[in-house]
Amino acid sequence: MDITALSVIEVNKLISDRKLSAVDLVKAQLEMIKQREASYHCYITILEEDALEQAKEVQKRIDSGELKDTLLAGIPMAVKDNICTKGVKTTCASKMLSNFTPTYDATVIEKLKNAGAILLGKTNMDEFAMGSTSETSYYGATKNPWNVDHVSGGSSGGSAAVVAAQEAYFALGTDTGGSIRQPSAYCGVTGLKPTYGTVSRYGLITYASSLDQIGPIGRSIGDCAAVMEAISGHDPKDSTSIDRKNIRYLQALKEDIKGMRIGIPKAYLERGLQKEVKDSILNTIKILTEKGAIVEEFDLGIMDQAVPAYYVIASAEASSNLSRFDGVKYGYRTPNFESLQDLYKKSRSEGFGTEVKRRLMIGAFALSSGNYEEYYKKALKIRSLIYQIFQKAFEKYDLILSPVSSRTAPKFGESLSDPLKMYSSDIYTVSVNLAGLPAVSLPCGRDKNGLPIGVQLIGKHFGEEDLIRAAHRLEQAIGDLRYTTHGKEA
Amino acid sequence: MQAYETVIGLEVHVELSTKTKIFCNCSTKFGGEPNSHCCPVCTGMPGTLPVLNKQVVEYAIATGLALNCTITQQCMFDRKNYFYPDLPKAYQVSQLYLPIGRNGEIEIETESGMKKIGIHEIHMEEDAGKLIHDEGDCTLVDYNRSGIPLIEIVSAPDLRSAEEAIAYLEKLKLILQYLGVSDCRMQEGSLRADINLSVRKVGAKEFGIRTEMKNMNSFKAIARAIEGESRRQIELLENGQQVIQETRRWDDSKNTSFAMRSKEDAKDYRYFPEPDLPQIEISNEWIEAIRKGQPELRDEKMLRYEKEFGIPAYDASIITSDKHLADLFEETVALCGHPKEVSNWLMMETMRLLREEEMDAEQISFSPIQLAKLIKMTLEGKITRTIAKEVFEKIFKENIDPEEYVEQKGLGIVSDEGILRETIQKIIAANPQSVEDYKAGKHKAMGYLIGQTMKEMGGKADPGKVNRIMKETLDSL
Repeated sequence: MDITALSVIEVNKLISDRKLSAVDLVKAQLEMIKQREASYHCYITILEEDALEQAKEVQKRIDSGELKDTLLAGIPMAVKDNICTKGVKTTCASKMLSNFTPTYDATVIEKLKNAGAILLGKTNMDEFAMGSTSETSYYGATKNPWNVDHVSGGSSGGSAAVVAAQEAYFALGTDTGGSIRQPSAYCGVTGLKPTYGTVSRYGLITYASSLDQIGPIGRSIGDCAAVMEAISGHDPKDSTSIDRKNIRYLQALKEDIKGMRIGIPKAYLERGLQKEVKDSILNTIKILTEKGAIVEEFDLGIMDQAVPAYYVIASAEASSNLSRFDGVKYGYRTPNFESLQDLYKKSRSEGFGTEVKRRLMIGAFALSSGNYEEYYKKALKIRSLIYQIFQKAFEKYDLILSPVSSRTAPKFGESLSDPLKMYSSDIYTVSVNLAGLPAVSLPCGRDKNGLPIGVQLIGKHFGEEDLIRAAHRLEQAIGDLRYTTHGKEA
Repeated sequence: MQAYETVIGLEVHVELSTKTKIFCNCSTKFGGEPNSHCCPVCTGMPGTLPVLNKQVVEYAIATGLALNCTITQQCMFDRKNYFYPDLPKAYQVSQLYLPIGRNGEIEIETESGMKKIGIHEIHMEEDAGKLIHDEGDCTLVDYNRSGIPLIEIVSAPDLRSAEEAIAYLEKLKLILQYLGVSDCRMQEGSLRADINLSVRKVGAKEFGIRTEMKNMNSFKAIARAIEGESRRQIELLENGQQVIQETRRWDDSKNTSFAMRSKEDAKDYRYFPEPDLPQIEISNEWIEAIRKGQPELRDEKMLRYEKEFGIPAYDASIITSDKHLADLFEETVALCGHPKEVSNWLMMETMRLLREEEMDAEQISFSPIQLAKLIKMTLEGKITRTIAKEVFEKIFKENIDPEEYVEQKGLGIVSDEGILRETIQKIIAANPQSVEDYKAGKHKAMGYLIGQTMKEMGGKADPGKVNRIMKETLDSL
């Protein structure tokens, strides 16, 4: 039995039955990493000795009965490299932070460690989470485990690929405009972007504060639910985190979807979707209907402004958030400088990559006096319109179904050559962040080259239970689309 | 030369006296080893987030109410973006769009009577760290001050002279001290002012072009800066030149200001709403609770002192001119009664020593217990007034306990008539001329002889008895 191919829930059973130990799991995982990492490059940092040490400690806690209520006891995980881990380098895939080791753990890391999860390593990503392909990483791109000529998606490309390639049981990603959902779709895994405020952002090296959420990427919606049980909840250290009570993520797996109302924005199916993507979505609709859901097309309203509004707001916040990387306190400092201004200019010019600089420039421009009203303020207005449009739609529907991306994973170099095209590919995902909604991306088919296709379910605020319920039914009906059926790896 | 008037608006930055910083739990204590009151949040470590200290909002609301402002019930923080090594996040969390208080006013006393000064707004913000320039070519940063809560109080351009500006600042300082929201220690930088100043011909409707002088932290320097800068602007205009809108630095030692940067070089701070902090909702109930809890301010206190303690208005105004002094007064009266007596000690001896030592009232270190003991000893006739003054000076300077001190030094009153008579005989024998004068009807001469007796006895002699015995002795000669 290849234990690295199991889901969290399956492995948990073996751990609780004492058929496997945490050390066995870490060893198997490190072996898999050794075999595959060279092909896919999912990780920036891999912990070996340290992961084994953690496993020994966790096993003691398991043996003492301390961890019997958590599904994550002894489970090796990977964490996106923009989430702070005490004593473990956290680079944001940037030269700027290539030497940065946080002095503290992010709240999610504290929570996962308490739940007995074991940190295997830090995953690759687009630099500072800016990009849709993981190609902007200072450490080189992560390859799609389904076909190494294709990108893994972004920005959480490493976190999606690591799960697909069996190099970790689950991973944490972050989603600012689709960065969990799109790579999950490209890599054939399941990713959940929670309602804004559900998971603490304390310790997430922020890209855009009002849009960022940390969420799980796993092999099934059940695994994502298990991780959500551990990481969600109000954090006194994050003023934007919300005190939500009694969310039953795991319980939702057991419930059916009879009578659930699901809407599909008409325009979303009419746009230039790749044929196989459209077919898979239609097939998904069929399955949901068979399972008792009421699925219908509707006119969501104009979403054309979502992408430009998103890029203005996200870039504006980023231009401020990333200002602290100035070569003074931590991170990269240029070796030669003549004055303070020179130190700033050179450290930032040399430390940031092209895409990051592009967005910082856009953001600074949008906030500068004379442009604030015209760009930033207008974008905020569009944002509140989008919020209202969704509110209205959710009066009628429990869920909204849409593609994650118009296509399957592109080849390397295809996207970066045309930034505008890359930005506009985020059309299905960014509005969810602008409205602060939860959404899940899960596999629903393959294209003719065998590349995975994802479908997105969008929930109302705090509607994670509905999302999990519907995703679980779909997962069961669509059958096992997981990486293990991939010819090359089978 | 046609008459000009000076138009002044002040931006006053006040460090709030909360125990912890505005967005983290670090101590706000002044001093301390560099970078010892710091954490990942106030040093801007990547990934950290601010959590607002509720006390800051309460202090800001209390100040807003005391300055008669309208409280912004949905208020928000904004980011002010600029690069400087003392600013760890490269932005300051401040308030631009929805400051906590607006449209207030306070009354100040001027030569021509009471005058209302408008308060444009009050906003909350965090302080930056401090650069320390090494002796070499090295600059170090101390982040202890980074994240100390500040409020900025922006006046309307209603002030017309250095005197008015100082009266406004004095009044503001007293209000803040009485509220207990700040200790206003200028020498520690907990109260700093930016001066916006322009001049115009008397009667002109439009304001002139203004300059700004930043970070002034002494009232005297502020007065000199206002006078110096308005003189400079008037001279420019008189010579047919223009005032340039710019930031200037006042050099108090050279008694002149220097250009720092012009409007064209002004930074674009790219303000936008702070996304890491939710909007602050200030309910009517919250405001009312703070209003009810407001301490007595100076004007009320002055009236109460006159009424409750029966001290003259003049005494009340001096004693309430500093919160510490007023507290000292009330606590001492509570211990020993005799308000006028307490007031006298504070008004006369305390003020004299403050002047001599060049100290502010807030630096007084003795306690009400010491003063009360001294007053009791005096009123009970255990020491003479002369000795009491001597002991008080010791209390003021060396913080001694008056009872112990008098005991140890043997300064208690001498009432033994035998000893007194002996000394008086000695003095009479040594001053025959004075005795003769007395006999000739110059009664003043007795005063001199009494003075000599007191002096001989080191001020310890019971003055009543000396008086009586001296008279008896002289009359019997």
